[in-house]
Amino acid sequence: MSITVAVDVRSVSKIFGAGTGQEVTALDDVSVSIAQNEFFTLLGPSGCGKTTLLRLIAGFEHATHGSILLEGAEISALPPFQRPVNTVFQNYALFPHMSVSQNIGFGLEMQGRTKDEVADTVGAMLSLVKMENLKDRQIDQISGGQQQRVALARALAPRPKVLLLDEPLSALDLKLRKEMQVELKRLQHETGITFIFVTHDQEEALTMSDRVAVMNEGRILQVGAPHEIYNRPNDRFVADFIGDTNFISAEIIERDGNEIRMRLPSGIEIMIPAPPDLPQSGEITLAIRPEQARIASDGDAASIQGSLTDEIYIGTDTQYYIDIGTTSPFVVRVQNANGETQRIPTGTSVGISVDAKTIQILRD
Amino acid sequence: MVTNSRPFSIKRMPGFSLLALACFFALYMPLAPLVFYSFNAGNNIALWEGLSLRWYVAAWENDLVQSAAIRSVVVAVIASVVATSLATMAALGTTRTRPYRGQTSIYAMVNQPLMVPEIVTAVALLILFALIKESTGYHGYAYLVSAHTAFCIPFAYLPIRARLEGMDRVLEAAAADLYATPWRTFTKVTLPLLLPGILAGAMLAFVISLDDVVITEFVKSAGQDTLPTYMLGQLRRTITPEINAISTVLLGVSVVMVAIIFFLSRKKT
Amino acid sequence: MSTEHISNNESFESLEVQAYQREVRRNLLLSTPALIVLFCAASGPLLIMLVFSFLTAGDYGGIKWQFSTEAWFQVAFYRDIFDETVSIANAHVSIFWRSIKLSFLTTLVAFVLGFPTAYFIATRPPETRSLWLFLVTIPFWTNLLIRTFAILEIIRNQGLVNTVLITLGVIDQPLDMLYTDIAILLGMTYVYIPLMILPIYASMERLDFRLVEAAYDLYATRWRVLARVILPLVKPGVVAGSILVFIPSLGAYVTPRILGGGKHLMIGNLIELQFGQGRNWPLGAALSLTLLVIVMGALMVYVRSAQKEGSGHGH
Repeated sequence: MSITVAVDVRSVSKIFGAGTGQEVTALDDVSVSIAQNEFFTLLGPSGCGKTTLLRLIAGFEHATHGSILLEGAEISALPPFQRPVNTVFQNYALFPHMSVSQNIGFGLEMQGRTKDEVADTVGAMLSLVKMENLKDRQIDQISGGQQQRVALARALAPRPKVLLLDEPLSALDLKLRKEMQVELKRLQHETGITFIFVTHDQEEALTMSDRVAVMNEGRILQVGAPHEIYNRPNDRFVADFIGDTNFISAEIIERDGNEIRMRLPSGIEIMIPAPPDLPQSGEITLAIRPEQARIASDGDAASIQGSLTDEIYIGTDTQYYIDIGTTSPFVVRVQNANGETQRIPTGTSVGISVDAKTIQILRD
Repeated sequence: MVTNSRPFSIKRMPGFSLLALACFFALYMPLAPLVFYSFNAGNNIALWEGLSLRWYVAAWENDLVQSAAIRSVVVAVIASVVATSLATMAALGTTRTRPYRGQTSIYAMVNQPLMVPEIVTAVALLILFALIKESTGYHGYAYLVSAHTAFCIPFAYLPIRARLEGMDRVLEAAAADLYATPWRTFTKVTLPLLLPGILAGAMLAFVISLDDVVITEFVKSAGQDTLPTYMLGQLRRTITPEINAISTVLLGVSVVMVAIIFFLSRKKT
Repeated sequence: MSTEHISNNESFESLEVQAYQREVRRNLLLSTPALIVLFCAASGPLLIMLVFSFLTAGDYGGIKWQFSTEAWFQVAFYRDIFDETVSIANAHVSIFWRSIKLSFLTTLVAFVLGFPTAYFIATRPPETRSLWLFLVTIPFWTNLLIRTFAILEIIRNQGLVNTVLITLGVIDQPLDMLYTDIAILLGMTYVYIPLMILPIYASMERLDFRLVEAAYDLYATRWRVLARVILPLVKPGVVAGSILVFIPSLGAYVTPRILGGGKHLMIGNLIELQFGQGRNWPLGAALSLTLLVIVMGALMVYVRSAQKEGSGHGH
């Protein structure tokens, strides 16, 4: 089954201050295809280029190189007001001199819809975001969460082909943010519009998205479904940025079919499944998630040996910090069964066991 | 933080409050007799002879005062409207934009009337207009109006620019994103949000034009007295409370205008 | 933007460049009408005045179209009509000296009164602060002529000041204050002091009073806090205020005319004379340009110090 592409970004670069001698590369040869009806997230730290990419799609900036296609048609030369794409801005950018319904109806009015059409759609949008009773309020008379809903309704009202969301939840408090995450997902299902969502919050990205693109320093490092990004990071930055990770260097000894034998710093050799394009020898980095490692009980074959330096209780889990002779300690996270922690005195020599299938090989 | 009950206040400086209050007193004290004697029944501005509005009536019925007042207002209205329109355009062309060659020169030229002493501008205009008057024979109001318009531009420009700089460009981006063409973005979003700044600028320009003495004194042709130049002329003669009455009215106009500007410029969004 | 850079790149970059060029064209177009008016009625006339200063004075006012440097010569020197001997133009020198002296004193008095006032406003609670500020703004936007007239009324022989002093028995003859340098100084200080208070207040408002707390914590006395912490931090406001008072004082015309009574002239009145009784237009033009040069010099000093201040604090 072929998936129709909504937005196709082809080798796009954006250099700010071109020709001034103070060039800043915001995007460096970025290519990505976003499918129709997809909830697609651009995830990365601030300054990674995610917002610039969004602004290029919206038409607020022009690419230095490359092209952007919307449903197969080149849109790079179109001004924002001719692109069937709408944006939910970071601080909502609601018009302070208009009421809630005037804000929602603005796009429709600009499209030249009739008064009745505008009124009908505004009504539908108000009920979609559950704001019917506040429709005549001024913008400064409603709360941040309500402003968020109005911004969403305003951007959805003209039924854009793609909705761009620029960190829309960052100004909300934690509880409201959780509610809005569910709400956004529902809106995306109900409207069937492609969502491109920008955030620096990895948890937000993983819970809401169909696919996530992790960006850093103007490049897309990895694109994939949330579980792929989390479980199979292919880059040290991705592994580090999303969740907690232990990095250990290892030396490749030999390849054996689909698996590879390598030696850990402790001297213990392990076999793990490896991609075919891995080099035959040399140093590589392994990433191991804290919750995928265990403190070895007597019967287990421990992969790594070390001594316990710290034990930290964090509610649902307990984290054990184990000195394994590398610069930073190895972290093991164990879920607290029945609210009880497994108490180990510090200084105890412990073994760490890891399921070979959960070890990720990084190319760096 | 700091309360009066505490023996040591970090913000207190000995004698400062006293000097400050003396300064405020000095700012307003000289205006009191000015206003007071405008209601004098006698002919003198120092000898109180009872309460009366006769000098307001006298000023109102004085043809010279009437025509000067009308002239002042007409010139101020035209100059402030034209200056504000031009200043609004210039502010849009010099604010919230990527830097370009000539931007600082434009800024400097717009603010030039603020830097050059008024007497210098006045004399320069006298020379230029004398040349034009000689060669064209035209002695009308265009000289006065164009001179007033020019020196009003920076006064209108500054509050408009300040307002623009405080306006988030993202609102215009949002309008463009919602299918508004550049012109409709301007009329539907930029202009309504800029309006308090434009009004403040226009009123400042109006007050500045209404109060101008020096440039008007040098530029006006015969019989083109405005209220301030009429008053300047009267000061050479025996001063009657009529001048106080006119001053009090002008003072009232300024206070009202400044109060409105003050509240307009503090209004958020 | 270097043109070389633009031509080296392919079509897509030109979109970005085109957008920039459109923006610049729009900006220039929007600014042009204001610039035309300002050129015709503000900057342009200054150039014509420069030309006039190099012409010959007409016999009955106006000018003759004949090149001459006589006007510039006359700014500082006096040539005897009969024997052509040259001496320093004492009248001009004393008027320039009086102008500079009075402007300097005006600035000083305005600072001595204005600084505590700005400090007072800045240390009020925020709710009442804007009211005090408003009280400074009102006289600032009130007609200069009216304010000078108000000073004239109170310092006259029968004015408020003398009446109060005589009633209190401090003096028995009215003080002759009107038509003296003191009267001009008083008037200019009164008229321009808001220009000192407002910029100092603007600096003071941004002053972080935790720094003052820190200074007290480190054993500074009140005067040391003032001299070593507060003054250096609000210096940009003090410099701006001083310039804003000094420049209009130097070019003052109305205040010395009314309070100096035609006897105590300042540069502004001297310039006017050349277009009135004296009728030497080229000399008037040269005197105006001399004033302009002094003012521009003062502005340059200000810009320099503002720049140094900006780079000194690293932002």
